[in-house]
Amino acid sequence: MPARVVVLGGGVGGTLVANLLDKELGRDVHVTVVDPTGMHDYQPGYLYVALGQAKGHWLSREERSLLRPGVDLAIEEAIRIHPDAGSVQLARGSNLEWDYLVVATGARLVPDQIPGLVDGSFEFYSLAGAERLGQELRRIRGGRIKVGIAGIPYKCPPAPIEFTFMVDGYLREHDLRDRSEVELLSPLNRAFTIESASKLIQPIMERRGIGLTTFFNVESVDPSAHTVESLEGEKQEYDLLVLVPPHEGAEVVKASDLGDASGWLPTDRATLNVGGYDNVFALGDATDLPISKSGSTAHFEAPVIASRIASLVNGTAPKTNYGGRVMCFLETGDGRATSLRFDYEHPPIPPKPNRAWHVAKWLFNRLYWETVPQGRLPERAPFTTPKEVTS
Amino acid sequence: MATTEITRSIDARGMACPGPLMELIGAIRRGQVGDVYEVLSSDEGSKTDIPAWVEKARHELVEVVPEDGYARFVVRKAR
Repeated sequence: MPARVVVLGGGVGGTLVANLLDKELGRDVHVTVVDPTGMHDYQPGYLYVALGQAKGHWLSREERSLLRPGVDLAIEEAIRIHPDAGSVQLARGSNLEWDYLVVATGARLVPDQIPGLVDGSFEFYSLAGAERLGQELRRIRGGRIKVGIAGIPYKCPPAPIEFTFMVDGYLREHDLRDRSEVELLSPLNRAFTIESASKLIQPIMERRGIGLTTFFNVESVDPSAHTVESLEGEKQEYDLLVLVPPHEGAEVVKASDLGDASGWLPTDRATLNVGGYDNVFALGDATDLPISKSGSTAHFEAPVIASRIASLVNGTAPKTNYGGRVMCFLETGDGRATSLRFDYEHPPIPPKPNRAWHVAKWLFNRLYWETVPQGRLPERAPFTTPKEVTS
Repeated sequence: MATTEITRSIDARGMACPGPLMELIGAIRRGQVGDVYEVLSSDEGSKTDIPAWVEKARHELVEVVPEDGYARFVVRKAR
């Protein structure tokens, strides 16, 4: 009988694990992806929707079209995981049994956790939010634009900085920059968490007249007074406020008592096993690992999980470990970008922003659908699968 | 010496992004007054970043312990 693998979530991580397992094990495995919507969203594209540079319908495809024919797709909501019984309960009443479980349920936005955030601010972390922000940007004729972060952890740490640079470019193009203030409210004592990247970014911000307030972790918003307050006790006024909303793990993780208070799964940083179960794995945004929540992280974790499950199915000891590899682009505006590549052992050394990395990001955005979910990136690409780390 | 009971330990060694301080801020945001967090960081910047934020946000830096190749920061949520 083939090994039964259930993958919860049809995002980048879940889709890639499912396809890699089917490719590697063929008839020895039966993989089922469970996803509540059956649609696969390319979330990095939301930033471009907000700036009017992309249309929403380019950013979504049917999950079925991205899965190998041998992989089953159940368009269903998982409501409870039973790790000891080896099953998952689905919303329509059935129970799906598994030998191996991969939890790739991602993160969800919980904007209600910050008082005033829903009425007082805009966001680009959902398609609807990005479209609404895009409409507002087309409407405004200047003013004080503040970009901040209302919860940690959040997806794609460079995104607020990229948005800040891109909004600066947008205002210049529309002759509105001299009527506007643009300011980044950073949760840290610099523009970006990685010091070497901050050293590249901050001079560019200064040259463009982009303000920087440090140690500003958003605690509340007053929509009628147009003010935002920080955890550190400061207050700022705004005309347009763009905030990264707080994130939490999936409902099913919380309902199954498998995660921490925010629903992040306790995950081993090398094996990606969850809560001490040898046959349960997590990847991507769903984990509690203190590492970037990004598609890139899931992309590099997926082959590790596929390899470990393949070893277990073949009756050998799993040897592939996740080495902490992440790669991401960081747009600095004016058609330039830098890249951040690092792992647990090697901190990032970002190159000076240039056009090549901007083009690489542009290419990646376009090639995503045909490459990443299927594990088809060429071996030598800078954003490809890492060499296996063998314990 | 009395040992401080740790509410949660965050092993952020080798993790450049989002980084040890970001993880600590996230934990303190979600935590209760009186909770004690331990952060393990191999990032040199943490030695200045973590004490600076703890002071600005008016929490308490219980101790900083240099270990082999990393430092251990113990912080109490004070408000």
